[in-house]
Amino acid sequence: MALTGENEITPDPVEPVVLPTVAAVVDGGAPAQDRKSVKAEQRRQLVRDPSFIIGALVLLFWILCALLPALLANYGPDEAVVTADGQFLARSGPDGTAWFGTDSAGRDVYSRVIYGARNVLTVAPIAAAAAVAAGAILGLLMGFFRGWVDELISRISEAVLSLPVILLAILVLVVFGTSKLVIILTVAALFTPVVARTVRSAVLSEAQLDYVTSAKLRGESSWFIMTREILPNITNVLVVEFTVRVGYAIFTVATLAFLGFTSDATAPDWGNDIASTYTLINANQWWPTIFPALAIASLVIAVNLIADSLDKALKS
Amino acid sequence: MTMIEPNLDPVDRADPATAALAVQNLHLAYMVRGQPREVLRGVTFQVRPGEAFGLVGESGCGKSTTAYAALRYMPANGRITEGHVLANGKDITEMSNAELRKFRATEASMVYQDPVQAMNPSLKIGDQVSECFEILGHGKSESMDRALAALKRVHIAAPESVMDRYPHQLSGGMLQRVVIAMGLAKDPKLLVLDEPTTGLDATVEAEVLDLVRELRKETDAAVLLIAHNLGVIRTMCDRVGVMYAGKMVEEATSDQLFGEPRHPYTIGLMNSIPRLGLRKTDRALSTIPGNMPSIGTDLPTCVYVSRCPIATDICRSDVPPVVQLGDGRWTRCHHSDLLDQIVEPLAEVPEHLIPDDQVVELNHVSKTFRQAGHAVPALVSVDLGFAEGETLGLVGESGSGKSTLAKTMLGVHGPDDDGGTITLDGRPMKAKATDRRGEAIQAIQMVFQNPDSALNRSWTVRRILHRTVTRLTDISGEEADRRVSEIAEAMRLSEHHLDMRPRQLSGGLKQRVAIARAFAGDPRVVVCDEPTSALDVSVQAAILNLLATLQRDEKTSYLFITHDIGVVRYLADRIAVMYVGRIMEKGLTEDVFNGPVHPYTEALLSAVPAIDGVAKNRIPLQGDIPSPADPPPGCVFHTRCKYHIPGTCDVEIPPSVTVGPRHEIVCHLPIDQMPTPVTVTLSQKN
Repeated sequence: MALTGENEITPDPVEPVVLPTVAAVVDGGAPAQDRKSVKAEQRRQLVRDPSFIIGALVLLFWILCALLPALLANYGPDEAVVTADGQFLARSGPDGTAWFGTDSAGRDVYSRVIYGARNVLTVAPIAAAAAVAAGAILGLLMGFFRGWVDELISRISEAVLSLPVILLAILVLVVFGTSKLVIILTVAALFTPVVARTVRSAVLSEAQLDYVTSAKLRGESSWFIMTREILPNITNVLVVEFTVRVGYAIFTVATLAFLGFTSDATAPDWGNDIASTYTLINANQWWPTIFPALAIASLVIAVNLIADSLDKALKS
Repeated sequence: MTMIEPNLDPVDRADPATAALAVQNLHLAYMVRGQPREVLRGVTFQVRPGEAFGLVGESGCGKSTTAYAALRYMPANGRITEGHVLANGKDITEMSNAELRKFRATEASMVYQDPVQAMNPSLKIGDQVSECFEILGHGKSESMDRALAALKRVHIAAPESVMDRYPHQLSGGMLQRVVIAMGLAKDPKLLVLDEPTTGLDATVEAEVLDLVRELRKETDAAVLLIAHNLGVIRTMCDRVGVMYAGKMVEEATSDQLFGEPRHPYTIGLMNSIPRLGLRKTDRALSTIPGNMPSIGTDLPTCVYVSRCPIATDICRSDVPPVVQLGDGRWTRCHHSDLLDQIVEPLAEVPEHLIPDDQVVELNHVSKTFRQAGHAVPALVSVDLGFAEGETLGLVGESGSGKSTLAKTMLGVHGPDDDGGTITLDGRPMKAKATDRRGEAIQAIQMVFQNPDSALNRSWTVRRILHRTVTRLTDISGEEADRRVSEIAEAMRLSEHHLDMRPRQLSGGLKQRVAIARAFAGDPRVVVCDEPTSALDVSVQAAILNLLATLQRDEKTSYLFITHDIGVVRYLADRIAVMYVGRIMEKGLTEDVFNGPVHPYTEALLSAVPAIDGVAKNRIPLQGDIPSPADPPPGCVFHTRCKYHIPGTCDVEIPPSVTVGPRHEIVCHLPIDQMPTPVTVTLSQKN
């Protein structure tokens, strides 16, 4: 009888024929309710991405350290480790009493690493956020107005970019001092041109779209078009850019601290600690240097893992 | 009932072993999160050697998937779950990867929609074409010779110099010729063309189609053609299959299918196209209500039942039989004898009178762009006027200045400082939209070609409309909310659409929102830039009906830019023809279609592949449109004009000749020697 599979198909169990709703009758194309929200899909992809999970776990650990260091640390940041028999325990290697060993002042390296998270996790995100904010404004101006505005800002940011980052930072810090605010502003200023360039290219392609023309035909102001029409459509770029910049900022802040540009050289800070202990490596005392360095590495890698998977999810 | 032979597959009569391509009960699914979503649900057809087979249907019906599956091209998540594809008797669904590679290298070719993406931008044309021959085992220098011969075969002008150029130096039409030359290099037994002319101008499209037709005669290749333009299918294909929701619902010869469709879906498609000289004053266009079932959903017994005007209970309980209609023609319908119950909309459209007063007028408008120090005159002294409630159809090839004209009028960029004036009710307007205020900014709005680009994707529909209402009118607060709801209702958008964002809407709905926005501020003139070219014909019909109704109710004027002669004829009251930034002809639509016309208009009208039959005496337009940076002397069209008078046309700028009431032609020809366009109309057909 049946020659092809097609006609063998028995009618589906009588399914009530759903009459199209008035709205759906209007015209063709897939009905809206069938389309999964893109955001939900992106979120789903993100939480299933192993590199995002690892990155987020590591980052959450360091955030916890920054918020509640006392919960995890065995000693205070400046407390000297004293053994049961009242002995100072300076320069001793990792063991049961001091997990990561102690430094030359007898402080617990493990506890200093835990306390050190706070400084870097305040300075780096604020600096990155400031860079993204400034970069977004410049990028919007460049991409939207183009012409001489674009030329001018581009040339200036190229000039900034052509100088070695650390040299420039040192110059600024020498002139303005090394308060936390100056450090934040310096790092932000260093990153602004890069952010501006990324935002500019995103704005350029947005500004070609017809909704921008349509806004002009309504007589909207340039400011309105930039901030209300274009900006919401480039938030993906800003989010990714922020995460990437946080990673770089952690590194830059630590580098500056290592070079001695820090608001308080004795405060628990990974960069500080590396700077004050790295010469001991020659004396075979590696622990006061390696553990803060690993802390920096783990945080930077975690942030980059998050940035990568965010980028991937938002582009899908 | 003798005609009905249920359960007999139509293709079993022909021998699949001898077919150039035999697709047998093909089921294909895309794996989405581990779940198969069926795209093709049992597609069966054959293409005999030397035959051209066309696949038609709305977007999402699976026609492109079928074409790609014919060469076993599938996305990574695609799976053939059932059925076979035979090419010359060989089952390509069971080939090893090496065999498949060999098959694709030697027996089958594919030509894609966008020739720019099909070519490697960093290799010279000659190297890319000769590579096709090298793969076949020819030596380097022999391959080069053959490449040159291949380019000659596709009639490329100056093939020697083309060999030495890079893809970006060629026009789209020339590139598509190159791609076709590469496709034919192996003398394929099967040539798959996926929307080969979609990105090209009508005049270039006609040339490329002529070429394919001619090459088909030379080779014995079977052709599988996908095109959303039914006119292309009509002029190119011997047989046509109509697809819907991953199934084929009707197969017939081209003449049969377009002359007398026998499936309700095919009839719906045909009726939604403005054809046979139909005008908006005759009747509204038919539309197909509802949506195609999306990929992977459970289908009712008859795939088309939810949109079918003649569906009955049996359609919902039994799978429709294949009804044989002789000559391999068949349809899959329970009610193939009741098709005459499908009625077209009644002629109920009242005639609307167009007053003489002009709302917006362009007087000697010129626009010159500066490019690398050169002056590029994109508009040269254009005069146009819009009366209240009038549609002016603007036609011309790409690069003729249509969009520049629209944008200048809209104030996206102003005309030259001494480049004429644009007036609203006789009062000059500011050149730039950003300088216009009040009435002037409110007066002219636009519906864009691509609604995806025209709607801000992070705004809700409500916000888009609300903002426009409050910006362009004095209405605010609750009254504005009410106005937004009113507009939405007039566009047949429901309240829940208002809180959606554009990506949650289908293409047709998006375009409705775009139209709603254009009308929200109560404009006097709306510029429509190809508003339906990105849409399926069934959706196009609904949009055109909407535009016609709005115009009647609101007395809005349209500047309607389009490539589709059927559409312009349906909607336009007057037509203006542009070429290299100049208006070559303007006149009432009927007068233009009845002639006499400008030689360029004649060529334009004849180039369009009509679904009503092939125009016998097509006037080919050779070469490309001249660059506006370096326009030919005298009449700009003389380089491509078959009537051109040496010594006159190439020296003197032609005068504007009034050939009838409100019908002007810029041409040197005496009126009695001006051509009459060739088109098929209802009266001629009957």
